[in-house]
Amino acid sequence: MRESIEKLGAVTLFFGRVLAALPQAALSRPGLVVAQIYNAGTVSLILIMICGFFVGMVLGLQGYDSLSRFSAEDSLGTLSALSLFKELGPVVTALLFAGRAGTSMTSEIGLMRATDQLSAMEMMAVDPVKRVVVPRFLGGVIAMPLLVAIFNAIGITGTYAIGVSVMGVDSGVFWSQLLSTVDLSDVAEGIFKSVVFGVAASLLAVFEGYTCTPTAEGVGAATTRTVVETAVSILVLDYLITAALI
Amino acid sequence: MPDATTDYIVEIEGLGFSRGDRPVLDDLSLGIRRGEVTAIMGPSGTGKTTLLRLITGQLEPERGDIRVDGRHVNRLSRRELYEMRQDIGMLFQQGALLTDYDVFENVAFPLREHTNLPERLIRQVVLTKLHAVGLRGAARMMPSELSGGMARRVALARAIVMDPKLLIYDEPFAGLDPISLGVVLRLIRNMNDALNITSIVVSHDVLQTAAVADRSFILADGKVVASGSPEQLRTHDSGFVQQFMHGHADGPVPFHYPAPDYAEHLLSRRES
Ligand SMILES: Nc1ncnc2c1ncn2[C@@H]1O[C@H](COP(=O)(O)OP(=O)(O)OP(=O)(O)O)[C@@H](O)[C@H]1O
Ligand SMILES: [Mg+2]
Repeated sequence: MRESIEKLGAVTLFFGRVLAALPQAALSRPGLVVAQIYNAGTVSLILIMICGFFVGMVLGLQGYDSLSRFSAEDSLGTLSALSLFKELGPVVTALLFAGRAGTSMTSEIGLMRATDQLSAMEMMAVDPVKRVVVPRFLGGVIAMPLLVAIFNAIGITGTYAIGVSVMGVDSGVFWSQLLSTVDLSDVAEGIFKSVVFGVAASLLAVFEGYTCTPTAEGVGAATTRTVVETAVSILVLDYLITAALI
Repeated sequence: MPDATTDYIVEIEGLGFSRGDRPVLDDLSLGIRRGEVTAIMGPSGTGKTTLLRLITGQLEPERGDIRVDGRHVNRLSRRELYEMRQDIGMLFQQGALLTDYDVFENVAFPLREHTNLPERLIRQVVLTKLHAVGLRGAARMMPSELSGGMARRVALARAIVMDPKLLIYDEPFAGLDPISLGVVLRLIRNMNDALNITSIVVSHDVLQTAAVADRSFILADGKVVASGSPEQLRTHDSGFVQQFMHGHADGPVPFHYPAPDYAEHLLSRRES
């Protein structure tokens, strides 16, 4: 318990340091940030597309099964879109992101720590928080909502493939129901969540890398912590945001 | 105000620093003269690397005062510290090259971060420095493709690219073959004299260091126990200095890190 509180304190202080360095780091070297958006995005992209499609297909099967008990198969598009936009899209994407992009951020920064590259930068009068941490953090924060949007779009395609092509729901009804029931506020909730999760997942990833024990095992342990801590934080934050918005 | 009039570029007085409860440096004082190659020697674990990190402001001392080129290192803001470090080149024990970039970009890194030089000029400066360490031909190699000795020479090129006043080497000879070793030795001497800078070499390699240093300090128990030219040290009358300079296993310096009684330790059930 005491350890968790200390950790929370350390992460918060680190967050402050990242935020303080952020404007200058981002404005003076936008190229570094763009490169990291590309990195974080591309390493997770295929994974997120595949998972999105399967999650969408499962929603199609389970949704059809549940809805047909009320003879409400026409609402399949709505059900899938709401589940994806409000919950599954942001949560599953963030978890996948932590496992793929997050771990690679942690191990990259951790390896730089273990091989004295961060100390060498400090000795060259270059602040590693500005040069190494901020671009990765910001890259993750910006990539996350984009990945969530892709996950959602592919997820709905998956539901459509099952519902319309296999189960025989009418295609026109599928889309018109979806469009008339899903509000802008549902979409906004999803975007809000994806930004918060993006901050949490990226912050934990760079924090664990930056503060890891400078040895091979230290980097390995930090990478594991990134996944575990991100998963827990995402689910807790998800509950808090949902409870606050409903 | 930086006061550049003294003979000493680094002045340390009454420096104290501990790791946990264990004092590493204790009431250490020394001065490093401008234009000389100064060696800091001492058995493994006496705090040589720690001392370098204190001089460059990577660690904060508990007691005492460190002045580099007239600036009080532990009173500088982060910004002033970074300003000071632009005048210092440091060679890390393992080179610490940036593994994401090739040799050329590693050497160009400080220039790109701190200057707005046009690309053509950066190229000239980088190639000149790489030529000085004999690795102009390796400009496009990645750090992972370099041998230990090459990596250290690239790190040296990177350390001198901003034309520092003070060049610090942490264990520049460790793990080098005799040829690379000779090359690095000559580089240290030549860099110091040709660029008119001051060098600090940390090492426990007595012979190599004696060959290059104008003056040496020997550390033990967190203090300077002897200092002087290599000649003076070789004929120093302290038992410890004799043991260290000539590499005897037995003498005032224990081979063992402080530990409980051996027999008792082996027989006890728990690790104390
Ligand atoms: N990060 C650290 N945390 C805790 N203790 C440390 C740390 N770094 C060094 N020490 C301790 O401080 C002491 C001095 O270490 P230092 O690295 O300065 O020695 P050194 O003289 O450079 O040794 P070597 O010649 O082997 O490189 C050692 O006893 C070591 O155990
Ligand atoms: Mg050392």
